[in-house]
Amino acid sequence: MSDLQKTPLDALHRELGAKMVPFAGYDMPVQYPAGILKEHLHTREGASLFDVSHMGQAFLKGDGAIEAFETLVPGDYQVMAEGKTRYTVLLNDQGGIMDDLMATRIAGGLYLVVNAACKDQDFAHIEKGTAGKADLEILTDRALLALQGPKAGEVLARLAPDTADMKFMNFREVSIQGIDCFVTRSGYTGEDGFEISVPSNKAEDFAKLLLGQPEVEPAGLGSRDSLRLEAGLCLYGHDITTETTPIEADLKWVVNKRRREQGGFPGYDIIMGQLNDGTQRLRVGILPEGRAPAREGAEIQDNAGNTIGEITSGGFGPSVGGPVAMGYVQTDFAEPGTAVNLIVRGKPLAAKVVKMPFTDKSYKT
Amino acid sequence: MSVLFTDDHEWISVDGDVATVGITQYALEQLGDLVFVEVPEAGRAVSKGEETAVVESVKAASEVYTPVSGEVVEGNAAIADDPAGVSGDTGGDGWFFKIKMSDASELDGLKDEDAYKAYVDGLD
Repeated sequence: MSDLQKTPLDALHRELGAKMVPFAGYDMPVQYPAGILKEHLHTREGASLFDVSHMGQAFLKGDGAIEAFETLVPGDYQVMAEGKTRYTVLLNDQGGIMDDLMATRIAGGLYLVVNAACKDQDFAHIEKGTAGKADLEILTDRALLALQGPKAGEVLARLAPDTADMKFMNFREVSIQGIDCFVTRSGYTGEDGFEISVPSNKAEDFAKLLLGQPEVEPAGLGSRDSLRLEAGLCLYGHDITTETTPIEADLKWVVNKRRREQGGFPGYDIIMGQLNDGTQRLRVGILPEGRAPAREGAEIQDNAGNTIGEITSGGFGPSVGGPVAMGYVQTDFAEPGTAVNLIVRGKPLAAKVVKMPFTDKSYKT
Repeated sequence: MSVLFTDDHEWISVDGDVATVGITQYALEQLGDLVFVEVPEAGRAVSKGEETAVVESVKAASEVYTPVSGEVVEGNAAIADDPAGVSGDTGGDGWFFKIKMSDASELDGLKDEDAYKAYVDGLD
């Protein structure tokens, strides 16, 4: 356990009574004394503060940065103005997803935020793929905090009036009480909110400033997972992997128009083939009819008992008030309303394919 | 009536040849908020160590193993309806199932309250 890395908020988590668990090589808070259910529900009605400092942050800068980055992802970054953020995926030559990430246009290049478990590999891949055209600067001295929930906008505007008019997927560099912050209006909960990058040595002060606001409570990785599942958002390594393409993952919108026409990203032929002809399988939302949750790995069967897919994320949705799941099914079964069975502890549970998200998104657009 | 405990954090309250089985406060704290409980049907024959009930929290699913063999007399429908009713209180209403024991000597290896407390203290 001693080789686990700690985030700059480690002492604060312990002070707040967090239950710590190993995650992606870090000692992370899975929940605070309120518990996952309350933390989840509070995020949907107030504002919650999550420590996501384990995620990787970097600048990719240089005259050729945008063009070079586009050779690795299917997103159109040339068309974007500075201060705009776009979700994208790193692709391998088979069109499989190596990671999903946020990339923001900033002066001189891009600001990247990648998953903790993939960050070393991602950064090596990006460095190699952009060598000679851009410089990757990994930001090891910055923490990342997510402020999420319908009250997040009000809270941040109180501390930083400049953020009040920011829209979903906008980025701004803001000084908040003398702390130099990179603020992105985005998140992983389906709620309005922000991801805020701060210097590591100011992270605790900044977290305490936010927690001092009456609407804000701390929340851990447990509720972060149930919130993103209800929002229909993918968890890398589970719902998307190197074995799934963005088309199979029902993320075809990440392949932007100009890139479809011009190509120049890994797996282009495979992805265009799938866009034109469809795929054998598709990621879908699945709503179990009873109260028993179906977890990752549960087999999905048709009514005749044939295997047609597998659950990749599943659990209890506190805002839904019952079990929710997502997984891959053969495309013939991907239509919302299709009845399927989930095999849980050897028994079939009735379920239905449904549209995601399970809860309404409330982004500020 | 005597109360015994397993290393898997079940409690067993014994009254004559009927054992009432639940999960301990320690198990409840480890699980966190409960969202689903499945209890066995009356009449089911179970053997010691068999998965007899299921308890799920937001985080994960866990099995409740029967510490004794016998026939299920009753599963607690109240906690299946509302998992918040599960309790570590060995005398309360938050039990999982009652079993008519076929071999009371299976109780011999179980811990008494002091031994279980010492065991749990050693886990933290």
